[in-house]
Amino acid sequence: MNQPNLKKETIVERLSGGDMLIRALQDEGVDFIFGYPGGAALHIYDAIFKQQRVQHILVRHEQAATHMADGYARATGRPGVALVTSGPGATNAITGIATAFMDSIPMIVISGQVANDLIGTDSFQETDMVGISRPVVKHSFMVKSAAEIPSVVKKAFYIATTGRPGPVVIDVPKDTTDPSVLFDYVYPETVKMRSYSPATRGHSGQIRKAVDLLLAAKRPVVYAGGGVIQGEACEVLTELTRFLDFPITNTLMGLGCYPATDPLFLGMLGMHGTFEANMAMHHSDLILAVGARFDDRVTNDPEKFCPGARVIHIDVDPASISKIIEAEVPIVGPAEPVLRDMLALLRERLAAAPDLLDRAAHQQWREQIAGWRRQHGLDHHQLERAVPGVVIKPQAVVQCLYQVTDGEAYVTSDVGQHQMFAAQYYHFDAPRRWINSGGLGTMGFGLPSAMGVKLALPDAVVACVTGEGSIQMNIQELSTCAQYGLAVKVVNLNNQALGMVKQWQDMQYGGRHSHSTYQDSLPDFLRLVEAYGHVGIRVDEVGDLEPAMREAFSEKLKDRLVFLDVAVDPDEHVYPMAIKGGSMCDMFLSRTEQS
Amino acid sequence: MRRIISVLLENEAGALSRVVGLFAQRNYNIETLTVAPTEDPTLSRLTLTTVGDDRKIEQITKHLNKLIEVIKVVDLSEGEHVERELMLVKVKAVGAQRAEVKRTADIFRAQVVDVTGSAYTVQVTGSSDKLDAFIRAIGELSILEVVRSGVSGLSRGEKVVSL
Repeated sequence: MNQPNLKKETIVERLSGGDMLIRALQDEGVDFIFGYPGGAALHIYDAIFKQQRVQHILVRHEQAATHMADGYARATGRPGVALVTSGPGATNAITGIATAFMDSIPMIVISGQVANDLIGTDSFQETDMVGISRPVVKHSFMVKSAAEIPSVVKKAFYIATTGRPGPVVIDVPKDTTDPSVLFDYVYPETVKMRSYSPATRGHSGQIRKAVDLLLAAKRPVVYAGGGVIQGEACEVLTELTRFLDFPITNTLMGLGCYPATDPLFLGMLGMHGTFEANMAMHHSDLILAVGARFDDRVTNDPEKFCPGARVIHIDVDPASISKIIEAEVPIVGPAEPVLRDMLALLRERLAAAPDLLDRAAHQQWREQIAGWRRQHGLDHHQLERAVPGVVIKPQAVVQCLYQVTDGEAYVTSDVGQHQMFAAQYYHFDAPRRWINSGGLGTMGFGLPSAMGVKLALPDAVVACVTGEGSIQMNIQELSTCAQYGLAVKVVNLNNQALGMVKQWQDMQYGGRHSHSTYQDSLPDFLRLVEAYGHVGIRVDEVGDLEPAMREAFSEKLKDRLVFLDVAVDPDEHVYPMAIKGGSMCDMFLSRTEQS
Repeated sequence: MRRIISVLLENEAGALSRVVGLFAQRNYNIETLTVAPTEDPTLSRLTLTTVGDDRKIEQITKHLNKLIEVIKVVDLSEGEHVERELMLVKVKAVGAQRAEVKRTADIFRAQVVDVTGSAYTVQVTGSSDKLDAFIRAIGELSILEVVRSGVSGLSRGEKVVSL
């Protein structure tokens, strides 16, 4: 690879490898490192000790460090940084790296490695980190000599944050951070790599073709995913959608990229998407896909996918285009400039000939969609109608959270039913507020990612919607929260079972609940969180729900971690649910109804 | 359909494992693989053969292009190209067989590169089909050992894969 341009400095500092590493992070503007020390990383830890600009957050498990870095990145758009030691430290980080990889989150993971002369000898805490992480990183580096540390860090940040973002691993053998060997430290100003040049604009000819299709559509739908958020294209997407008056749906990863309370918004699509979103997709004649990848949880059977739809697909990653669903107009490029060019061209075309859009057909189409919504749309008033004495519906808890936080909270989630309820019932009007592991589906993501958000945005209201299954996968981080005073609010939808597993077992395995319940072994969460020094509130009665929620988010408890343990209906299912092997319009709507 | 994919990549530790890993990870098949540095020692040229329909090959080339160390990817089988593979075959050669093996080698314009009292080592170059044909002609029973280099290729004409 080409050497980055080195800026000539008059005074050159002499630093050790470990100091250069931390200094390079400072020069990248890193404010937090989430990590856990160990033998191979100790020189680096000493370098951290000697400075103030980068604050290190000591976690209780390396997986949580990566999720915190991930949450930080999702909330801010800036890359998150994790630091782990070799061997078990590195392997513990893998789940978090894979989580970030699947959702295209910019992240830098620095792993200590045993010294170069020990590599390959099965030495203590040695593992081939570059090898073991290879399938789940955008790229990785093994530092060969200390002198290359600044340029490796520069390249790592460049790769992690450009094009389709993703995690980059830097594996650092201990000898390259030796404090007794000093080097000239110069941080490269720019980086250019002959083998890496992500697309910066869309092809104008393709954009013209797309505009022709947009203008000709009678039943269009915009299908927008996480790429819109990662690509900072939410504003222009909203502008374009409103300009055309097209209905829009978001993927699980895209929620917040378009205001959820806007009348054109159809809610989430896919396996647990709204009836109207899935019906609109299926019956559309044009799909404008932006930063979405036609995931199997969206398309259902690709053979039966939206039979009448022509597809425009905008993505910065060419490999995502025509992977599952053939795109008639593929546009490779970052969503923001592509949509901006598209909008400008649409404005120009419509200014010249306002009748190009078939507004009457669009009106009829929106009415048809409104009809679907009236027929089987989500019930957003379950909280108001809750009857005292009847077990609390998990949906009502999310609705309560939405009301109490005025829809302004940063909501992280774990994985399972609670995740889907949060996605369905919390309306995100702004991007980066909804933070969940969509691609990998990582239980244990919710709490640490919420902590990363809270550190990045200390004034923000941060809620972690979780379940009693997921929370126990990283519950040790309650200790980290105590150490750093992280006042996140945990809303535990406690149905005493692995709800989503149980739902599938109800629906597909004759109700045989194989290992999806805990047989009275759940901890007393109140005493547990109190043991960590936090506040626990238990809710069993629907009448207590709102007061408890208000207390959790009250000014009085503003600086405290509050764990709201809410007993919810153990038999509730998530609906709609796609019928496996069907098209997007094939859904279970309740235990007894199908579309 | 069989395809020959040619890849120009950084000659760096780990680059090859990323290419091979990609194929394993995405359930693509590698039939042959050959890799060596080019006239520019910072670059490697990798040639592999695989089987797949257009859609699969498109995904393979796209994913190869995504690898940070990969500079260029071409599907040589898309156009006119030259392909060669080298094979060394150790063949039983006793009595009348000796002349027979030599004659067959001559027909294939192969060379005998090592000789013992009971065996010939024959070097054959050409397309993979030609190498297969040589094995059939010699007959599996008299073959002691086979080693093949995997396919290398270049497109015909002025077209080049370079920086």
